[in-house]
This record gives sequence, C-alpha cells and structure tokens, in this order.
Amino acid sequence: MKRYLSPLAVVSLAAVALVTIAPVTAEAEDPFIIVQSTTSTQNSGLFNHILPMFKKKTGIDVRVVAVGTGQAIKNAANGDGDVLLVHAKAAEEKFVAEGGGVKRFDVMYNDFVIVGPKSDPAKIARGKDAAAALKSIADVKAPFASRGDDSGTHKAEKRHWKAAGVDIEKASGDWYRSTGSGMGATLNTAAGMGAYALTDRATWIAFKNKGDLQIVIEGDPKLFNQYGVILVNPEKHKNVKVKEGQAFIDWLLGAEGQNAIRSFQLDGKQLFFPNAGQENMKKAG
Amino acid sequence: MSDSGSIFSLALGLVLSGDAELWSIIALSLRVSLTAVALACLIGLPLGAFLAVVKFPGRDAVVALLNAFMGLPPVVVGLFVYLALSRSGPLGVLGLLYTPTAMIIAQTILVTPLIAALARQSMADLHVEYDELFRSLGLSMSRTIAALIWDGRYSLSTAALAGFGRAIAEVGAVIIVGGNIEHVTRVMTTAIALETSKGDLALAMALGLILITLALFVNSAVLTLNRTARRLAYA
Amino acid sequence: MLKRSDAPVSDDISAQPLFPLAATDLVFADRGRTLIDNLSLTLDGRGITAVMGSNGAGKSLLLRLLHGLLTPTSGAIRWGGNPLSDEVRARQAMVFQRPTMLRRSAADNLRFVLNHLPRNERDRRVEELIAEAKLDHAAATPARLLSGGEQQRLAIARARATEPEVLFLDEPTASLDPASVHAIEEVVRTIHADGIKVIIVTHDIGQAKRLADDVVFINRGRVAEQAAAAAFFERPATDAAQAYLEGRLQF
Ligand SMILES: Nc1ncnc2c1ncn2[C@@H]1O[C@H](COP(=O)(O)OP(=O)(O)OP(=O)(O)O)[C@@H](O)[C@H]1O
Ligand SMILES: [Mg+2]
Repeated sequence: MKRYLSPLAVVSLAAVALVTIAPVTAEAEDPFIIVQSTTSTQNSGLFNHILPMFKKKTGIDVRVVAVGTGQAIKNAANGDGDVLLVHAKAAEEKFVAEGGGVKRFDVMYNDFVIVGPKSDPAKIARGKDAAAALKSIADVKAPFASRGDDSGTHKAEKRHWKAAGVDIEKASGDWYRSTGSGMGATLNTAAGMGAYALTDRATWIAFKNKGDLQIVIEGDPKLFNQYGVILVNPEKHKNVKVKEGQAFIDWLLGAEGQNAIRSFQLDGKQLFFPNAGQENMKKAG
Repeated sequence: MSDSGSIFSLALGLVLSGDAELWSIIALSLRVSLTAVALACLIGLPLGAFLAVVKFPGRDAVVALLNAFMGLPPVVVGLFVYLALSRSGPLGVLGLLYTPTAMIIAQTILVTPLIAALARQSMADLHVEYDELFRSLGLSMSRTIAALIWDGRYSLSTAALAGFGRAIAEVGAVIIVGGNIEHVTRVMTTAIALETSKGDLALAMALGLILITLALFVNSAVLTLNRTARRLAYA
Repeated sequence: MLKRSDAPVSDDISAQPLFPLAATDLVFADRGRTLIDNLSLTLDGRGITAVMGSNGAGKSLLLRLLHGLLTPTSGAIRWGGNPLSDEVRARQAMVFQRPTMLRRSAADNLRFVLNHLPRNERDRRVEELIAEAKLDHAAATPARLLSGGEQQRLAIARARATEPEVLFLDEPTASLDPASVHAIEEVVRTIHADGIKVIIVTHDIGQAKRLADDVVFINRGRVAEQAAAAAFFERPATDAAQAYLEGRLQF
C-alpha cells in the first residue's frame, strides 16, 4: 500500500507540514499593531509612504485593515485593532464617548469632491456649492452612485443630501444607485454608467479607471474631510498594545508624522493636509 | 484601459520581473488554500464516506444540509469566522484574527462541505460495490471508511481539486478574517479586489490571469501525477 | 475482523462448534415475490456440500441468508445452536458469484484481510497464499486487471486468508477454462483437507461429482432434494432434479 503515494496524500502531507510551520514563522516577527482604517488612506498610497518611516524609527510594523469607516469603528469596538484612523468625526466622538476609544485627535484633512460625466446632464460643472449641485442632480434625475456602506464618505454624502433637501430614500434604485461597496468600486460603477459620485480627493487622484469622469464640484468649505486617530480603549480590550499604539499616535501627531503626511504627493499634488493640534482653528476648505 | 494583449504582457512582466511582493502573495495564496483543502480533506473525506456507509435516522437531512452548504457564500463564512475570532468573540483570546491561520480556518469551513458532499457521492457508488464483501469480512466502520477513501482516492482527488478551486478563487471570506494586510494576509484574490478598488483594472486583470494560471498549474500537476500513479498502480 | 487465536474463552460463542447448521422454515420475500419459500435444511460440518439448481432457483440467496448478509423475512438459522452474529460470521468466509476486487494489487487484496498480523508475518502469509493461488506472476498487478480465473483464485485465496471454518463458494468456476477449473478444484480440495467445511454452488455436474460428498438441490426456493452425492447423481428422487441433470427445461 505504501509503494505508491497518492497525490492526495502528497498534497495533504505538504499542507499539514505548512500548517505546522506557520506558527513558527509568525513568532519570529517584529512587534506590530493593527490599525483599523479606511480605504481612502490605503488606496491613495498614503500608508505606503509614511509607514516605512515609522517602522524605521521604532521597529514597529503597522498592519492596516482598510475598510469603510463604519466597519472600521465596529471592528475597533470589538477590540480587533489597536488604533482607529478614520474620517467621520461625529461617529468617532460617539465611539470614544461609549468607551470604545481613549481619546480622539485630529490628524489631517483633505476634501471631498463631486465627480461626474463630461456630458454633465445636471449642468453643475465648475460650481462651488455642493448642496445646490445635488439639488440639480435630483431635479433632472441624473444617475448618482453612492457608497451606501456607512463609510465616512457615505455619512458625509448623506449630510449633503439633507442640506440640499433631497430625500434619497425615495430615489433609491431609480436614479440614485446605492452600491453598498468601497470608494473604488463605487467609482468604477459611476464610470461605468456615467453617474455622479461623491469621493474624497485622495482616492480620486489615485484612482486609475476614471474613464469619462471628471471633477464637477470642489472647494465648497462644507466638503471638508477631517481624519481623526484614536487609541482603542485598553480598559475594554486587554489585548490592545498600548505602548506601540500610543507610539504610533504620538508619531503621527508629532512633527515627524505630520511632515511625513505633508510630503506625500501623487502626480505632483499633495493629498492630505496635516492639522494635528489645531482643534481650535477655523475649519478650512 | 488596456486591451487583453497588454493585460497579458503586464501579467507576464509581473511574473518575469521576479517581483518579490508578487511571489510572496502567490506563496501565501497557495499556503492558505492548500492547507485549507488538506484540512477539509481530513474532515470531509471521512465525513463523506461515513454518510455514504452508515444509515441513521436523519441522514438524508444531513446530506441535504451538506449539499446546501456547498453553495455557502464566502462572505457569510467570513463573517461567521470573524465573529468567532474577534476579540469580542468566543475565541478572541487566541488572537487569530487578521492572521493566515484565520484565513485557513475560514477556507476550511468553506470547502469542507463541498469536499464531503462530492466524496459522499463517489464513496456511495464504491460502497455499493464493496458492501457485501466488507460485511462478509466483518470489517469495522472505521476500516470500511479508510478502505473506501483509499480505493476511491483518484476520484476523491477530483473532489479535493474542486475544493482547491473554490478556496483559491474565494475573496469574501479571506478579506474579512484576514483584513488584506500587506505582507501579512494579502493573497491573490484580495490583491485583485484592492487593485480593482483602486481602479487599476489592468493590473487586477493581470493578477487574475496569474491566478488562473496558478490554478491551472495545480490542477494539471495533480491530474498528471494521478494518471501516472494510476497507470503504475491501479486500473 | 475477529482474530480466532484471541478467542479461547469457553463460554464465548467463538469457541462453540458451528455445526450442525439448521435452517428452519426460512422465507425470504421481496416485492411480493417469495424467493425462498419455507426452506428447511440441516448440514453437518464434514465434507463438501454442493448446492445445485436452475438459474434463479435461489442458491445465491440461500448462501447470503446462511452467511447472514440478508435477513430472512421469517424462519430461523442456527449455527451450532447459536443465531447468526458478527462472531459467527467472522468464522465464515464467502466468495461471491462475481468476486469483488479491491482497487489494489493482488497482493494488497490479500494484505487487506491480514491486517491484524505483524508486518513480517503478514508478508510471509501473503507470499504463501499467492503461491498457492498460482499468482506469483501477478502479485503486483492491479487485481482488477487479472483474468476471470485469476480473480476467482485470488478471491478464494483472500477468503482463505481469513482462516474460516466454513467457506461458501458461489459458482467459483463458471466461465473458466478447464485448466483454471482444475486449479480451483485443487485449491478447494486443499481447503477441505484442512478441515474447513465447503459449501459450493455449481452448475458443473462433473465438478459436483468430483468434489461433493453430498448435494442440496434447490427448486423454486425450496430444498427439493438432499442426498449423498453418489445417490443423487445415480437416482435423483424428483422430476425437477432429473430434468436439471438431463439438461431439460422445466416449467
Ligand atoms: N437481494 C435480493 N433481493 C431481492 N431479490 C433477489 C435478491 N437476490 C436475488 N433475488 C432474486 O431472487 C431470485 C433468486 O436469485 P439467486 O441469485 O438466488 O438465483 P441463483 O439460484 O443463484 O441463480 P443463478 O444460478 O443464476 O446464479 C432471482 O429471481 C433474483 O432476481
Ligand atoms: Mg447465483
């Protein structure tokens, strides 16, 4: 029976061997923290730019889980991460108030833009008023692609619809398309069907499948997009790596981290604007 | 956007450039999926054989359940494993979330019903043939199951391959429990999802092409091995 | 599988004699057809018994019932006074009309039933059995590639490997050439000489004459005749047996 090993057995043996090796390699790793963050910071390439600097300084690996802000906050609330870095200030403050996080700090900002097809059926291009533009889109029932995933961007978008006085629930499935997915997938959908969409500028600049889409609305102070950072509460979750997590937050908020954020450029454009410690200054556009 | 020709050359370029990151992603994909399939075989083959051999009340219901689970959406499995492995979940203390081990667990759960259901089918056919002999020999249940698995090994390797196909192509479960963390839990499918979300459809397609080639390679390797072994050992 | 050497305790069923075998008022019905019809039969543990009868008479069914692979609709089977059980069946072996070959080499088919032996002893025993079955040339050949005669010899060797006290053979030489028939008859004689009770189904009258000590003639699910072989072939008592021996169709 032993004279011919079946391929099945070979595969099984190989794989079982791999399982047994796996924990060994895991142990030999550097100290690391898990950061629950958003797709915009990841997809734009910001993390790839700043994390190596942090690692060089401290030896700490930062493992980024990039999901929507809503999902990131939920994961952090479950204790599945050491640091939360997202962009939905109200939700973040609620998270801290409920004991999920220690304290919230402003880190940086960028802004949202509204993108749309060149044909511009709602005739809103080059405008500055986000609410008015959305109203026009609703009036002509031009297709609009929404994240619909409870992300920071989605929360912001809903705020702007409210400001425009449009009830999008009624339009959902009609001209209002809720994709229930990430920023990239939503932009792919918008590009595919010539729809308008709200996106953060960083994702937009880094996005490669723009197709017929272009920026139609930018510069409205209300389109301000603030990112905050929070240490997950170690009193609630004993597994939180306080020392390493705090080191990352301190670095981000300090001169080195802020400079690192400032120095990140794509196509010659700065994508994120550090504003740590400027809590009391007026909100810029 | 690139046409298919440039996607192909992009894929080829990626492979030939010996890009360390690409290779580590490929290696992790293989490690996770092959391990999951091996574990799923370890559970699924005996389970399938058991269901083929042993009559008990409710067996049909179990088989129906198994068949239904063959089509389990990966996201549901991912969510289930996330809830179990989350720090707030029952197995949170193990600290397995966002590790390759978590991905292996999720894919094992995903693939076991498929392998068990396919195994049950081919084991049932073989069992019809062997049943009287085994009863005449007074074979124990465990030896019956072992003998069916061994003698059915070539048809069972098809079940294992089907499981591998499902595992290696799956993104919904591994992205939830692995987190698609660069250098740690990023595999082919989550890398494809990431590139798609960056709008880099050409790169995503190229990675997809590499994934298909990989699956093709594993499949033909197993089939060739199988054929030679069968020719040498068995008819 | 039961290891007979492990069963020395006297009040254990496995230590009690298997014979006489008594089947009383056996009935086996399936989908409204009574296939074994109030059959009664007593056999002792000596000699070779041939079971004969036309196609569909119920010979293979009877063997399955006696061996415990089928449960009778009614009636009783007693082996040395004991009902059928795993212990009783473990002391018997059966070679089926269409032998089942495991998908492994001839030698591995034997090794499979010698699982309980230590490795070197098992290999030795496999070698002996292979030699006895005249399969030396084919030991490593996949069993399912063997010729019909070789498969029958392997099946008998495999049954023999389990060291039974009773061996059921269901038409072991059907469709074999004369040399193969001869080889198998030799093996059957050897088995019988070892003190093993052989119950063989055959349509080969010459073979029955050569091998059998007594004959059980089955007709339509009943024992039509049971007699010493010489007497049966000399003067069959029933029309059915006479017709069968003369090769006439019976309706
Ligand atoms: N397991 C079974 N369940 C139901 N019916 C059966 C079963 N086995 C055999 N039969 C039927 O019982 C009858 C007797 O079959 P059996 O195989 O005993 O015949 P036989 O005497 O061995 O004939 P042959 O000489 O052709 O081998 C046949 O009509 C057959 O269809
Ligand atoms: Mg028969």
